[in-house]
Amino acid sequence: MSLITTLARLEAVSTGRARPAATVRHRHLSERPLVFVPLTTAGEAGAPLGALVGTDRDAPRLLVVPQPRDRDLRFAFLAELADVVLPYVDGCAEAVEAAERSETDPETGKRVKVEVELCADAPQLIVPSRAGVDFVRLLGRSTRFRRTAEQDPEAPFPAPPRVPLLGRWLTHFAERARVPGSSLLPAMTDLLSRHWATGQSSLEDQHLGALLAWIDPPAGRSGAEAAREAELARDADGQLRCPPAGPATDPAFDNKLLAPAIERYDRARTALAAAQDGLEADERLGALTAAEREIRALVESRTRPTWDAVWRGLDLLRALPEGARVEERWTRDRWSFTGHRDRVLAGEPPQPRRDDAVTAANKLAAREREQARLEAQEALDDPLVMAGRRLSGEAFAGEVTDVVMAYSESKRPSPRPLVTVRTDDRPHLGARTRVYRSLGGKPQTAEFVGYEDETDGPGSDGAGEGPAGAGQPAGGLLVLRITDKMGRGREPEAGSVPEKGDRVCFTLFEHEPRGGAKLPDPEETPWTHGGPPGAEAAVREPADPVTEEDLL
Amino acid sequence: MDKATLAGALGSPSAFGQSQFALVRGNAFEARVKADGGTELLRLVHEKLDRSAEPPAAARVPDLSAAGHAGRAARTELALGEASLTPGEWTLLDHPLLALDVAGSPAFLEPDAVVVHPDGSWTVVEIKSFPLLDGSADPAKVGAAARQAAVYVLALEEVAARLAAAPDGPGEAPRVRHRILLVCPKDFSNLPTASAVDVRKQRAVTARQLARLTRIEHIADALPEGTCFAPGLPRERLAASVEAVPASYAPECLSACELAFHCRDRSRARDAVTALGRPVRAELGGLTTVEDVLAAARGELGDPADPTVAALRRAAALRAEALAAAAASPGPQVLAGTAGTTRAGVAPCP
Repeated sequence: MSLITTLARLEAVSTGRARPAATVRHRHLSERPLVFVPLTTAGEAGAPLGALVGTDRDAPRLLVVPQPRDRDLRFAFLAELADVVLPYVDGCAEAVEAAERSETDPETGKRVKVEVELCADAPQLIVPSRAGVDFVRLLGRSTRFRRTAEQDPEAPFPAPPRVPLLGRWLTHFAERARVPGSSLLPAMTDLLSRHWATGQSSLEDQHLGALLAWIDPPAGRSGAEAAREAELARDADGQLRCPPAGPATDPAFDNKLLAPAIERYDRARTALAAAQDGLEADERLGALTAAEREIRALVESRTRPTWDAVWRGLDLLRALPEGARVEERWTRDRWSFTGHRDRVLAGEPPQPRRDDAVTAANKLAAREREQARLEAQEALDDPLVMAGRRLSGEAFAGEVTDVVMAYSESKRPSPRPLVTVRTDDRPHLGARTRVYRSLGGKPQTAEFVGYEDETDGPGSDGAGEGPAGAGQPAGGLLVLRITDKMGRGREPEAGSVPEKGDRVCFTLFEHEPRGGAKLPDPEETPWTHGGPPGAEAAVREPADPVTEEDLL
Repeated sequence: MDKATLAGALGSPSAFGQSQFALVRGNAFEARVKADGGTELLRLVHEKLDRSAEPPAAARVPDLSAAGHAGRAARTELALGEASLTPGEWTLLDHPLLALDVAGSPAFLEPDAVVVHPDGSWTVVEIKSFPLLDGSADPAKVGAAARQAAVYVLALEEVAARLAAAPDGPGEAPRVRHRILLVCPKDFSNLPTASAVDVRKQRAVTARQLARLTRIEHIADALPEGTCFAPGLPRERLAASVEAVPASYAPECLSACELAFHCRDRSRARDAVTALGRPVRAELGGLTTVEDVLAAARGELGDPADPTVAALRRAAALRAEALAAAAASPGPQVLAGTAGTTRAGVAPCP
């Protein structure tokens, strides 16, 4: 956390309201996101209790598992979830636009452009918190290896159709969520805490209710008070007024309300099974339906506040203007979505339990590259983020005080103008350090030449800002040599060289991070990393073994 | 002292609790692991920790029931001594009770199980109900289990030393293995699987912390006369009593201590910057209250030669400049045409 964010947090403590941590929105928001508020059963791995899901904030679909330990009821839940999620995903998969991609030609080995399809939009699944992202991953893992009766007639406890497909999509969403800056599966707490600094620690920011209370406190109350109430206030029954955003439920809810309701449901079910005649069965079916309705009401009462909170968070985020480079990152999400759509259509098997060495290394490299890209792009889009980089000496802004034309000493001299910039920032510049500025969305490179002595002495300007650290000049006049983006001619193109009086901002970091060296194909994995995938990789991964009392 | 009740009486009840679903599931899993005289459990110990030993065919499972904590601890010690005297056999102690000296007062610990190997060495077994999914489990939960097991290892080492010193003992202290066995459900099933966890590091940390703990008499001596923590007392008196015990709150306390919400309120009331996290505190040097920091940033307080104060003022100036720039030009301010050019130029991820 930079000192600027710390300062914003302290201001929030002092004013009782969250302070902006960004001036633009750094994440893409879909016009029609699918919000997913799941609940899970305590102590069980991946046994959902229920969920609210949907694209319409006024009409969420409530899905409930009245007895989470019952495999059939869980399958019914997953089938219903698939009925909501898959049509939404398919809706985005249909509209495509033409795009180009460079591929290596297998025969010539050259890079050639190939015409491919790119989905015009991608689905966006929004969960309340980071634990929700993990739960999506867990659901994906628990369902993608299941077999339906059609795939494998011998399989014990076959899954309903489309459930394995749901698992593959959820896995893809969760895997993509690990890529910095991606927006296929964002968590609302992450989105909000990226854009606002609250007066509490980042640990406490994980509580969606408390976070919203700081950002948008009810009239006449301070954020701290409202946040404390969201965290702790309980009603007369000892239930939290603001239920946790899940998927874990409050133990007091489990013990006092849910457990008795599930017990009543179990009893009603046993009674129905033991019914002697039709009349009795009808009566007991009524009791069972009532018991089920009670559990549904309980689950809705715990998920609805979170559902509303997620939409309120969306309202707050939509009020911010979108950053200029957000669209570009969303295009990468669309590529990722299109890629997975194609893999599913091509009949490829589900994602393996463990990635092979090359895939794993590729994923890590991609995440590192995207992290660097995200940091650069956020700084370029947002002066507040750039301020943090300027404070840490990774960028500087200032006014151009002088431009002297100069040329390179080659056979065909090219323009290498010397630009003098006056700045109060203290960038960490060494001899010939490369610096970059954004020119029409593309980076222009310059080289640091040296500090220019001012007649009135350096530092007098920045005296109010405090003296510089030992051995580090306090900004002052910097001379830069522009080295590219000036056209091919002897004279630089109009507008490609800053003029006297212009405000400029240069960064020491690259705007477009370069990827690392290319990794070998999986077939050429070196022996140090396990060697090429052997015969076992060709075999389809088996489904998880099931036992009589098995869970998922 | 029951800190949860105390927190409730102070008006900042703790948010801890356990769901009965988790409890039922945990107990059912543990019962399953230990079923049939621990056959499955011993098979796992043999497979993961001691493959060179004889496979456990029939293990001794001594009865450890006795009256009272001290009685059960004594019974456990006796059973451990007996097991060490019968080499070549596996022994499973189900829920033994161990005594450990914590800051001068005895604490009783109950591991899920302790296994005595044929070579006379001892292994702590921890049974947890979080899943081992595709061979890996939640690192936070494994870490907590390892810390817990490390305390059991320390307590067992004390028992071993006592047995060795006894007149009719083996003379040489039995070895307490530093690799414990963590038993968890496999994937989404309730079939047990296990993993050996090396707890040497956690053991060393715990041993050091235990040795450094202020002895409880010293804390008590430092308290003013009449300090009392009975939950029935009026809230002001209780708060004053709690205040008498020094505590330094940080947000990490929230996940560990029942009194954390009370301490957080006190910390916020004192305007302490640590309430925002330890890294924040470390960044701000000598400035410990929120108002001091803000005053320093505004230039009303502090020595401009102090690097922290200088950095704060620069940060405040840069932040104000950026916010003013954003307010002056609403909307994205990067050059027009950017979105169009980049959109077409994005290459797919490999």
